[in-house]
Amino acid sequence: MHKKTIVELAQGLKDREFSSVELTKYYLDRINKSDLNAFITVTDDLAMIQAQAADDKIAAGDSGILTGIPYAHKDIFCTKGVKTSAGSKMLDNFVSPYDATVSHKLNSEDLVMLGKANMDEFAMGSSNENSYYGEVKNPWNKTKIPGGSSGGSAASVAAGLSVFATGTDTGGSIRQPSSLCGITGLKPTYGRISRYGMIAYASSLDQAGPMTKTAQDSAIVLNAMAGFDEKDSTSAQVDVPDYTANLNNSIEGLTIGLPKEFFSEGLDDVVASSVMAAVKEFEKMGATVKEVSLPNSAYAIPTYYIVAPCECSSNLSRLDGVRYGYRCEDPKDLEDLYLRSRSEAFGDEVKRRIMIGAYALSAGYYDAYYLKAQKTRHLISDDFKKAFTEVDVIMGPVSPTTAFDLGSVKDPVSMYLADIYTLSANLAGLPGMSIPAGFAQNLPVGLQLIGDYWSESKLLNIAHQFQLQTDWHTKEPQEN
Amino acid sequence: MQWETVIGLEIHAQLSTKSKIFSAASTKFGQEPNSQACAVDLGLPGVLPVLNKEAVDKAIRFGLAVNAHINQRNVFDRKNYFYPDLPKGYQISQLDWPIVGEGEIEISIGDETKIIGVTRAHLEEDAGKSVHDMFDDYSAIDLNRAGTPLLEIVSEPDMRSAKEAVAYAKKIHALVQYIGICDGNMQEGSFRCDANVSIRPMGQEKLGTRAELKNINSFKFLEKAINLEVERQQDIIEDGGEVVQETRLYDAVKNETRSMRSKEEANDYRYFPDPDLLPVEISDEMLENIKSELPELPQEKKARFINDLGLNDYDADVLTSQKSLADYFEIMLEGNTSNAKLCANWVMGELSASLNKNQIEIDNSPVSAQDLSLLITRIGDDTISGKIAKDVFKAIWDGEGSADEIIDAKGLKQMTDTGAIEAIVDEIIANNAPQVEQFKSGNEKILGFFVGQAMKATQGKANPKLLNELLRSKLS
Repeated sequence: MHKKTIVELAQGLKDREFSSVELTKYYLDRINKSDLNAFITVTDDLAMIQAQAADDKIAAGDSGILTGIPYAHKDIFCTKGVKTSAGSKMLDNFVSPYDATVSHKLNSEDLVMLGKANMDEFAMGSSNENSYYGEVKNPWNKTKIPGGSSGGSAASVAAGLSVFATGTDTGGSIRQPSSLCGITGLKPTYGRISRYGMIAYASSLDQAGPMTKTAQDSAIVLNAMAGFDEKDSTSAQVDVPDYTANLNNSIEGLTIGLPKEFFSEGLDDVVASSVMAAVKEFEKMGATVKEVSLPNSAYAIPTYYIVAPCECSSNLSRLDGVRYGYRCEDPKDLEDLYLRSRSEAFGDEVKRRIMIGAYALSAGYYDAYYLKAQKTRHLISDDFKKAFTEVDVIMGPVSPTTAFDLGSVKDPVSMYLADIYTLSANLAGLPGMSIPAGFAQNLPVGLQLIGDYWSESKLLNIAHQFQLQTDWHTKEPQEN
Repeated sequence: MQWETVIGLEIHAQLSTKSKIFSAASTKFGQEPNSQACAVDLGLPGVLPVLNKEAVDKAIRFGLAVNAHINQRNVFDRKNYFYPDLPKGYQISQLDWPIVGEGEIEISIGDETKIIGVTRAHLEEDAGKSVHDMFDDYSAIDLNRAGTPLLEIVSEPDMRSAKEAVAYAKKIHALVQYIGICDGNMQEGSFRCDANVSIRPMGQEKLGTRAELKNINSFKFLEKAINLEVERQQDIIEDGGEVVQETRLYDAVKNETRSMRSKEEANDYRYFPDPDLLPVEISDEMLENIKSELPELPQEKKARFINDLGLNDYDADVLTSQKSLADYFEIMLEGNTSNAKLCANWVMGELSASLNKNQIEIDNSPVSAQDLSLLITRIGDDTISGKIAKDVFKAIWDGEGSADEIIDAKGLKQMTDTGAIEAIVDEIIANNAPQVEQFKSGNEKILGFFVGQAMKATQGKANPKLLNELLRSKLS
């Protein structure tokens, strides 16, 4: 059952092979038996209520494709009446009084939320080792990291603890764990999905997206998540097409761009060969390949690690121990309240980024850091604009390596280097995907697709066509 | 040493929008604490600001009214600092790209007029309120005010005295009410002034070190606070000291200013563009629409009063100094277009004197504009004389009824019956032969004696004009 896709489960529900209640119980049981630590909160009771409601709708003939489908919701999305922690001690006691727009949209599809997925604290991390609730294990090898920050979401889908999960991607947080866990992850164009109620890490980069087993499932979930939201001024007033409509289009004649900068030193040979094998597969399907250059991509890491910390240093200021969240014991005055509440509740990586950001924004440094980073960001965007005049899609690795050992990367800068191929799409606001493209050392390798603005339909079409020809996405980790 | 005072003002005008600048919560004043703060105002995790277009509209109106350049692309920034009544840990404001650029406004001090430069005006959100005297061990926070739209209007350091500063502040105060963007209520904090004050030796170009005075909530206090500060700075310099750049709090009770924080202690606000809000784009069309809907501005109204109604410069200036006063006057004019000067005299004379004496605002005047208008009509149509009208005014003020009711009830209607007045005149002439002789021998002044006698006989009700004519014709 847990090997089935959304499309297959929806058919089973429709044909009354099983009910949503049965399906939900089945997944809850798997979650309870799992030792991956993929969830921060399991919402058993709520899930059963939602499943029953979904079954009623199905019985009444009033159901859609997602009715009664169980999923995992990243714990960064506010969910009314349910603890929303963002993986932090700071919000361990925070029960959101309101629903994020994404939560609301998924609820209105009559989906069943199994629980809130584990994540790096405030989405800051590439290994899911920065969670207050402990590290998440990679289902393919429990001594390995699942990737981050949406590590709980990726592990949940890969291990069949939910048929899909939501994720958010600020610098690769959907694509990188999808790659390392062997699932299909999509980060849409910035502004495609509302950020309202999604706890902000770096506002100009954050974007939600679906994490699924297949591209087809991804299209179905994106249909439910996307759209303009008047509560989010940065969400785009761009029509939402039916993302499943073009899945079966032929990709013959597709021009694939391979940025030479994505295949230089630092990329593991085993990853490179899986990626190149996948590209060959596309050539077999009638695509042509062209080398392109993204000359400023070398600056993606420094640019990102200025912009994101600057924004996060301000976004996290509201977590001050005054109105909600963690407050230290017996503060002796206001300064003590601020200092101790924040010192005691934030993890090291969050503190590090807040300090970098506050420093880079301070008087006398602003021009040298923030403004410079904004200029570089434009240059990175311009590289892509130029490339997309020549090619339809850009392909490359998602991560320079396969999943590394838990606890093995201790130096933050080495950890930041793991994001080298994913950051550019966030800085430019472009849509990107990771799809399963092979294995190395028994660990999944993902292929990254980066498209032009609003080209989600195209990316999903390309990914789906690939998945029709390959079976990497159907591989399952061995259970225990 | 002769010193010159240099003053610039920063005025915070609360824009009278129904909802807050970045949320749908109400801006109504005086509600239960924290009853008007929604998720956005509370700064909950995940919430996002959405700009209230009405606030943009009102800011543009101000810009147009001071002939300013409107920045058709302007940007919101975050001003970062921690304070418990600042829920997000930053205030959304505008730094480098304010909505309103350079403009100017003319002020009058006595017979002199002067142009004061407006440097800029920008939109921002207000913070909440901290209450420190409600509980023994805690401070309380009321976030009802958090997110209320403010327009911060920054002047050039163009003012040279406390009087000029007050004239400028009053002018802006009147203007924002004229154009309907702020209720101007200083007690409720809808209109607040901070003053940057420095002094320099007369004739010196370079500005002295300034102090910023805060917490001034009336024009009277503005004048006092500035004068206090000028004295303080003079004392320091004349004693060989140096003024330090600092923020000083005005204490109206003790009538003193005291240091709040020095430049060294000032926050580094780490401004940067708010990534949750797109730059504001104002189209030419939007600008044209707002321009066409702009009400008559005080300076335009003043010109009209002079050119169309024949008022003098002083009267027109006083009548347009406050919107409420101008509105009152214009309601009176509706029934008295030909008596504009008389209306003006009454508003600025009898009415203003009574209001001042009783410390009543014109909006709450016991004599309404309609009441006074009718009274003027009755003077104009010779029903009563100006002298009698003063008694009628007092009776209206005391709530005895309308002008017509009072005139009727007290029998104050002027005698306009020629026959009746003639009979009285004849009698007076018959009884006062010596005075008649004096008049005939050229003593014009004696005419007043006859008028007085006639008025006495008619209890002041004889139409003065008619009486004069009759007396002259009978005596000669």
